[in-house]
Amino acid sequence: MTGLLGLRDAGSLLTLFILLAACGGDIDDEPEPAFPGRYQALPGEPTMLSGATILTGTGERLDDADVMMRDGRIEAVGQGLDPAGARVIDAAGKWITPGIIDVHSHLGVYPSPSTESHSDGNEATSPVTAEVWAEHSVWPQDPGFVAALAGGVTALQVLPGSANLVGGRSVTLKNVPGRDVQSMKFPGAPYGLKMACGENPKRVYGRKGTSPSTRMGNVAGYRKAWIEAAEYRRKKAEAAEGKGEAPTRDLRLETLAGVLDGEILVHNHCYRADEMSVMLDVAAEFDYKITAFHHAVEAYKIGDLLAEHGACAAMWADWWGFKMEAYDGIRENAALVDAAGACTIIHSDDDYGIQRLNQETAKVIGAAARAGIEIAPEHAIQWITRNAAQSLGIGDVTGTLEPGKMADVVLWNGDPFSVYTRAERVYIDGALAYDRSDPSQNPVTDFTLGTSALAGGAQ
Amino acid sequence: MNRLILLLVAFASTGAVAQTTAIVGGRVHTMGPAGTLENATVLIENGVIVAVGAAVAAPPGATVINAAGKVVTPGLFSPLGNLGLVEVGFSAGPVDAVQRGQQFTAGFDVADAFNPRSTLIAVNRIEGVTRAAITPEGQGEESHVLSGLGALVNLGDGTAGIDKRAAVLVASLGEAGGGSAGETRTGALLVLRNALDEALDYRAHKDEYERGQRRPYVHGVADLEALQGVLSGDVPLLANVHRASDIETLLRLAGEYRIRVIVSGGAEAWLVADSLATAGIPVILEPTTNLPGDFDQLNARRDAATLLATAGVQIAFAGPQSHTHNARNITQSAGNAVSEGLSWNEALRAITRVPAEIYGIADRVGSLEPGKDGDVVIWPADPLELTTYPERVFIRGVAIPMQSRQTLLRDRYLQMNSDRPPAFRPATQ
Repeated sequence: MTGLLGLRDAGSLLTLFILLAACGGDIDDEPEPAFPGRYQALPGEPTMLSGATILTGTGERLDDADVMMRDGRIEAVGQGLDPAGARVIDAAGKWITPGIIDVHSHLGVYPSPSTESHSDGNEATSPVTAEVWAEHSVWPQDPGFVAALAGGVTALQVLPGSANLVGGRSVTLKNVPGRDVQSMKFPGAPYGLKMACGENPKRVYGRKGTSPSTRMGNVAGYRKAWIEAAEYRRKKAEAAEGKGEAPTRDLRLETLAGVLDGEILVHNHCYRADEMSVMLDVAAEFDYKITAFHHAVEAYKIGDLLAEHGACAAMWADWWGFKMEAYDGIRENAALVDAAGACTIIHSDDDYGIQRLNQETAKVIGAAARAGIEIAPEHAIQWITRNAAQSLGIGDVTGTLEPGKMADVVLWNGDPFSVYTRAERVYIDGALAYDRSDPSQNPVTDFTLGTSALAGGAQ
Repeated sequence: MNRLILLLVAFASTGAVAQTTAIVGGRVHTMGPAGTLENATVLIENGVIVAVGAAVAAPPGATVINAAGKVVTPGLFSPLGNLGLVEVGFSAGPVDAVQRGQQFTAGFDVADAFNPRSTLIAVNRIEGVTRAAITPEGQGEESHVLSGLGALVNLGDGTAGIDKRAAVLVASLGEAGGGSAGETRTGALLVLRNALDEALDYRAHKDEYERGQRRPYVHGVADLEALQGVLSGDVPLLANVHRASDIETLLRLAGEYRIRVIVSGGAEAWLVADSLATAGIPVILEPTTNLPGDFDQLNARRDAATLLATAGVQIAFAGPQSHTHNARNITQSAGNAVSEGLSWNEALRAITRVPAEIYGIADRVGSLEPGKDGDVVIWPADPLELTTYPERVFIRGVAIPMQSRQTLLRDRYLQMNSDRPPAFRPATQ
């Protein structure tokens, strides 16, 4: 069973779905999926990690248990598994978690070195640039991908920046550096749409003397865009039914219509509680869903509202005060959101933070304990695995250690929430992508060839 | 009578009133010659440590704090940043850490702008930061070849925040300095050398200068005066510099002018570790730096702290991951250095004693020894662990309230079942 649903197949399934959907209307109107993914898993071998403490990502903790990976998939998780021809890695005393997933990264679009020539994350020329796609800016030679891999990151969403009200499409990648972005695209992952509240859009355009220059201008801008998108969508639907002429293809409105169709997930940069609340009403007005608020520094003030709307909050552990809308940041933010029953995610938005999402999570666990809220490691791990995967629309295929899912797995040399712990082995689709004890086998992007960047401390 | 009460209150708030605190039974990391002591007592009188040891008894009348099973360390020392110089860094009022629009502001002194009541102070001190160097700085286009004088401060109750003025002069070389000096690193050096030469000339011919009988200088009197401490060796020159070749140039410059320098940043400092050790030049680095953020950091590596320490270089920790608002995160930086091979003891030294040594106040802070200020932190467990937060913090012998604007926000929103809007919820203790 697991072998049948190979990685390529997952991608093909999505293609098939799109083609089937297209067949419902006039197939000539539906463009072929552009920039199709070409990701291929690294060659792997059946592998059993044996005798570890396992945080499954489903909220469970298993002690002295094994993970069996075969044909790129998790085959089984439990105690006393039969190694049956697999390479066995003794993981006694070690910990295993699902691969870490970062829902907010700018790797590739704001890569290292951060030169002006590399600054490809914000198309800050118009407040609504739904027509741009982050994948067209991704430089796969960014050394940050490898550094993130060493931190256990197996998948990540790369987003446009937050200069614009609508910044463009995001792309979800497997963290396997390739020659081009297409060979990193996560098979079957839906697109995301980056939207931004607050200070950034109003500052960027206010300084140009154009709208928006205020938060109310921001909201007027979203509503104007959604009105156009709804109109475009209506005309297309009518044309499909033979009523009227189809509108000229418009990349900007096509992406926005994709959100209204529920095919593209909204990832909304938004710090303040009151602004998130307004955005939920904008979404209600135009009948779309906000999948996740990103940064969400004040999410702890509206945990109940987020839970009610099924919107995730993707947060830092402790960033605060670097701008006005981050002034009310507290270390317990994620813990309070979690306690309110809302979908809780720890994200990075940073080429260093992405290397230590486990540590950022640990800081929240400690702060929560200080406030009298106990959070078990098997629960907290979900913030950077399962919940992250679900918010990216890939929760069915990765994010937990369940049979049939992609074998995206991290073997840690200790409790992942200790500062002294490091990812020892990182498997992506069952293949060893990173091995701390054997740097010679680890990926090196073209840019870092001949330097010592990322090196050191292998033992 | 009222006057007496006021006086007493004033004394109490400075910790100067006769009071004795005994922190009893903890595992005490002195960071001094006594090393680590089990089941030991730290005795503080009138703000100053008077005894540390297992055999020390609490005198009658002392406030006894039971630290059995706890970890006791010196207060943490943040060696860089803008604590008390900024509330919100971006688009929200002044940042008193940078003089905009100039490339050379040696006379810019941050001490007068220090606000000991800044919200950032409480946020950081309840997590163990008791002392800080506050340093002028500019990023990118606002970077300066010389950006001004830094000060040493304590994060106590706000009555006597500044420990030392003009404790350091901050420079930027390499790519950072070049940005303000004609886009080249040589431009930055030219500016710096000329300034030092002018300051030397000014020192030797002050009277003639006053009478207008000296050649005109590029720099003003404030800048030239600020440089005098550097030339006399009293004030170290802290240079923001990453590239190994730039550090070597800095070493030559330090030799020529016989000035004391501190390397800050130092992503490639490990490449010249032996030279730094020989010259006795300390490095303040963010130990997690492992990416080539620019071409000056091409050889950043994650075990740089270990390599430097092994070569005998004094290291302290600070950088983008533990800066200003989150100066408190130097414990995380230290813990990460340990995971890359640094000894635990050296990591704790790097955030306590070493900064005090670098800035020349190790006779007062940085370790738990008789005669030192009573900066003490009681931790429930390993202070470098991510889940550990201090239980008690003493600054100059005074127990600080374990409260910040962040804990107040937290407690307000912990009252999730309240039927009152947050603004109407009483503050909890």
